[in-house]
Amino acid sequence: MAFEIESPGLATTVQDQGRKHHYNVGIPQSGSMDQYSAELGNALVGNTAAEAVLECTYLGPVLVTDQDAVIAVTGAPVDVKVNGEKAAQWSRLRLKAGDELSFGVIQGGTRYYIAVQGGIAVPEVLGSRSTYSLGAIGGFKGRKLEAGDLVPVGVPLNSGALPDGDSVPDEFRPVFAKEQTVRIVLGLYDHRLTDEGMDNLLTGEWKVTPVADRMGLRYSGPGVKWKEREQPFGAGSDPSNIVDAGYAVGSIQIPGGTQPIILHRDAVSGGGYAMVGTVISADMDLVARAAPGTATRFVGVNQDEALVARKELAQRTNDAWAALGAIR
Amino acid sequence: MSNLATAPQTVPQEARYTWGGDEFLFVEVSESMSLVANFKVMSMATKLAAAGLEGIVDICPANASLLVRFDPDVLPPSALEENVRTIERELTHSHDRSLDTRIIEVPVWYDDPFTAEVAQRFREGFHQEPGGTDIDYAAKVNNLKDAAEFIQRHHEQPWLVSMVGFVAGLPFLFQLVDRDKQLEVPKYLSPRTDTPKLTVGHGGCFGCIYSVRGAGGYQMFGVAAAPIFDPAQTLEDFKDFMVFFRPGDIVKFKPIAEHEYHQIQEQISAGTFRYRQAPVAFELSKALADPEGYNQALMEALNGI
Repeated sequence: MAFEIESPGLATTVQDQGRKHHYNVGIPQSGSMDQYSAELGNALVGNTAAEAVLECTYLGPVLVTDQDAVIAVTGAPVDVKVNGEKAAQWSRLRLKAGDELSFGVIQGGTRYYIAVQGGIAVPEVLGSRSTYSLGAIGGFKGRKLEAGDLVPVGVPLNSGALPDGDSVPDEFRPVFAKEQTVRIVLGLYDHRLTDEGMDNLLTGEWKVTPVADRMGLRYSGPGVKWKEREQPFGAGSDPSNIVDAGYAVGSIQIPGGTQPIILHRDAVSGGGYAMVGTVISADMDLVARAAPGTATRFVGVNQDEALVARKELAQRTNDAWAALGAIR
Repeated sequence: MSNLATAPQTVPQEARYTWGGDEFLFVEVSESMSLVANFKVMSMATKLAAAGLEGIVDICPANASLLVRFDPDVLPPSALEENVRTIERELTHSHDRSLDTRIIEVPVWYDDPFTAEVAQRFREGFHQEPGGTDIDYAAKVNNLKDAAEFIQRHHEQPWLVSMVGFVAGLPFLFQLVDRDKQLEVPKYLSPRTDTPKLTVGHGGCFGCIYSVRGAGGYQMFGVAAAPIFDPAQTLEDFKDFMVFFRPGDIVKFKPIAEHEYHQIQEQISAGTFRYRQAPVAFELSKALADPEGYNQALMEALNGI
């Protein structure tokens, strides 16, 4: 079975939980930017958390299923339409062969997800079905979808068993707010910031600019100051430069001290800009939900607090599956 | 260009350990680039991989630092740090300063039309000398007579792959010469949005080969004739993995003319192209004592292949 893509949307890609063990040669983890939303889509349609979904960015696709299908749309708020009729988000939908799925205007956030029973069945590349567009690997032919693509859908798991719950309860749906507080662990090269620079980072209001994609999000705000120094050999001339090093996913770099960039799931694996801290793993989905203009404050936490937040998110995700009567 | 132009034979006794959130450990072996620093990074990465700790996701050796991704649900941060620190201490007392690697000949069409065309589109506001070429600029800032001398210096001594990354399979290259002979060229003033695939570039003290087309800020000197990233894995050199280079590889550039470039394209189309390569044991002490003499010995491994 397959979805025929009539119109691809702005940037629709196949994603799953991501690709491990190849960051050392510059192949990023990729995967759904908002893992929580993608995962609950899978839960609604009887998949495991690992099945591949379609990630839609702002403007979704128009697609037609060639067979009956069980789907769910999760993530950023958007009008979901089946044959032009409005349908529920965060809920299980049953499509008949020939039904058309389309979307209205996004009402907040950035990305929403189409999960389908059986998962999107493109071949795995290096252990994942996620699309890495720059390297042209994974996903559907290594690229975002185009009109006319026939996107394969897999066979249902567990003989097509579905969980009792067919809609994610409100308390388990993420909020797509215009203001965010993002927790970061300071470190890496934060000692290179002046006191004033550090103060700006942690007390300033930073707005997501339109320069935001799967590789990273750029923020505008008060800027920071880097300490002047005699640059080490090989580091480059600007005080924000270092000898090219590996980049932590979620790390924040501030080239030239002007606009912080949070590296996200398709980020380059290394480079020559000093990083001042890293978004905690539990807040990476939150960052992924930020639309341009989102007013953001960075708050410093220590690693123990980050690990507590990580456990809390895992617990919350488990609870959400349990609320549907599904087993994660 | 650098006022630190003394040959660095040492790195700080202890690396600096810091965290990238709850999933990354960052170990800065040295703030500045040197062969000694890179060798220590590679040795730590190799030993950490050999230790086979459960919960390690990625071990990413870089030029003068090591990045380790781990799953804190499996491997607590403190346990990881203790293991890496133990490896570092053991290395300090070890006399094993040798690396089993390979030397590879990489054919390059210097001063080629592909990079020239792209360079033309990114001059005013992008380049230090919008009226000239990247190679002429590189020659000038290194006090060399002309582009030909720069090209000569670029290919006559081999380079070490000191890091693989940025994008899939891109090698950072550090030339195996004394620091006062190292070519240093500033990056573009502002990054280009386009770089031809397989561009041979240079920024700061590092060379690189762009594995895919895309953005880039390094100066452009030529184009490598054969792929270094082959997702379809059609060529023999990519049979095991789609990425060709590994940290520790030694690269000898070979200048080629246009007709040789086209011959190699035919071999690639026919699926018969293979890089000339030979196994070598790279010994740090010899490389530090007499770089160019030792390079001759390394390059002899390519003779007769």
